[in-house]
Amino acid sequence: MQLQSQRLVDVFVAAPVGRVDHPNAELLKQALAPILDAAVLERSALVLDFSGIDYISSMGLRVLLMASKQLRAANARIAVAALQPVPREIFDIARFNHVVEIFPTVREALSQLSGPALAAYDAGTK
Amino acid sequence: MKLIRFWGTRGSLPVALTAAGVRDKVTRALRAAAGMTFAGDDALNDFVDGLGLPVSGSFGGHTSCVEVETGGDEYVLCDLGTGARPFGQKAMARHGPASPQTYHIFMSHVHWDHIMGFPFFVPAYVPGNRIRIYGGHADLESAFRRQQAPPSFPVDFATLRADIEFVHLQPGSTHVIAGMQVDVMLQRHAGDSFGYRFTSGGRTFVYTTDSEHTLEDPAETAGYVEFFRHADLVVFDAMYSLAEAISVKADWGHSSNIVGVELCQLAAARHLCLFHHEPIHGDDAIARILAETRRYEEITRTGAPLLVTAAYDGMEIAL
Repeated sequence: MQLQSQRLVDVFVAAPVGRVDHPNAELLKQALAPILDAAVLERSALVLDFSGIDYISSMGLRVLLMASKQLRAANARIAVAALQPVPREIFDIARFNHVVEIFPTVREALSQLSGPALAAYDAGTK
Repeated sequence: MKLIRFWGTRGSLPVALTAAGVRDKVTRALRAAAGMTFAGDDALNDFVDGLGLPVSGSFGGHTSCVEVETGGDEYVLCDLGTGARPFGQKAMARHGPASPQTYHIFMSHVHWDHIMGFPFFVPAYVPGNRIRIYGGHADLESAFRRQQAPPSFPVDFATLRADIEFVHLQPGSTHVIAGMQVDVMLQRHAGDSFGYRFTSGGRTFVYTTDSEHTLEDPAETAGYVEFFRHADLVVFDAMYSLAEAISVKADWGHSSNIVGVELCQLAAARHLCLFHHEPIHGDDAIARILAETRRYEEITRTGAPLLVTAAYDGMEIAL
């Protein structure tokens, strides 16, 4: 699974691409692992940019749940941003808004999580 | 195997419509009928049917009890929740005490909500009736005897006059009972539960309730897929949302609508029936979950469509 990540001051932003079905859920888990470890170590928030995800199964949602548990144990926040329509429906049906914070865009997620990270994001997107 | 009939579909605890609930349904029906006229009873019934179950009826409140109509003379039930009481009354009204019958009953487990109908199961009190209660639990018989012992119930199990026998089934075993092949599967639930796969006449029915799917072990998932393989009907514990089932209510022993769809799709099953409804949910909530589940099936479909329904007390599904 393709996954690009960047660090914006005190927030990690990870952007996986593709279809998170049962076989790919493990790949997402493996790809996220080092980012999660770093976020936990530094108690930094994680924003998952899901603009490149067109489907997510229950196994994929479970990967997000485990990431959420890991971060919450470190008093760090996790958010999902820029959901495409179908994954958005799946999140709603699964009631996953109770597990992770959901934002329409990465920028809006950052605006809620960290002023410095938002400033860095805005600077980078100008 | 001809038909599946639901006598109880609720999880954990029986529920009943309140006066306020009935009033709400009547109000909504009258509002929908405002300004309309009906030429006769047929037109009126068509209108009522079009209102949808949350307004024209109810999903009901009895706990788990499902009848398998085999086409033979012997009765087959899954679980003995409070739905067993109306089933027993109907059976007795049909046959009377002078015409003994045989009842085969497959127990998912012996938690309260799955056995609480038995003390009110009239056929158990009638001499000549033959009752065989199947299950995988070592304490199957003691659970039934205990719930009718003081101080829980005034009529002791020993006073039951039917010929009652408890039959222990091993998980993974296959049997021929009441003309059907019956496969038994161990499921994840506090104290264990058992699923049953019934096959006869080219039809397959899977009864899988009080079964949690943690999604941790691919081999476990593959086992369920094989158990559901090409089933004509899977009656599935969809008590919680996925988020609840794998987070705050993890280890509570239940599953979700989403996992039900995914397992049935992987197994190429034909029909998923949501079952063991959360007692907190009213009719509108269950109808909304059904609509969402159908939508989930639609957006995740890769092969033949999977029919999705939600069980209600009195529902019949032809196989």
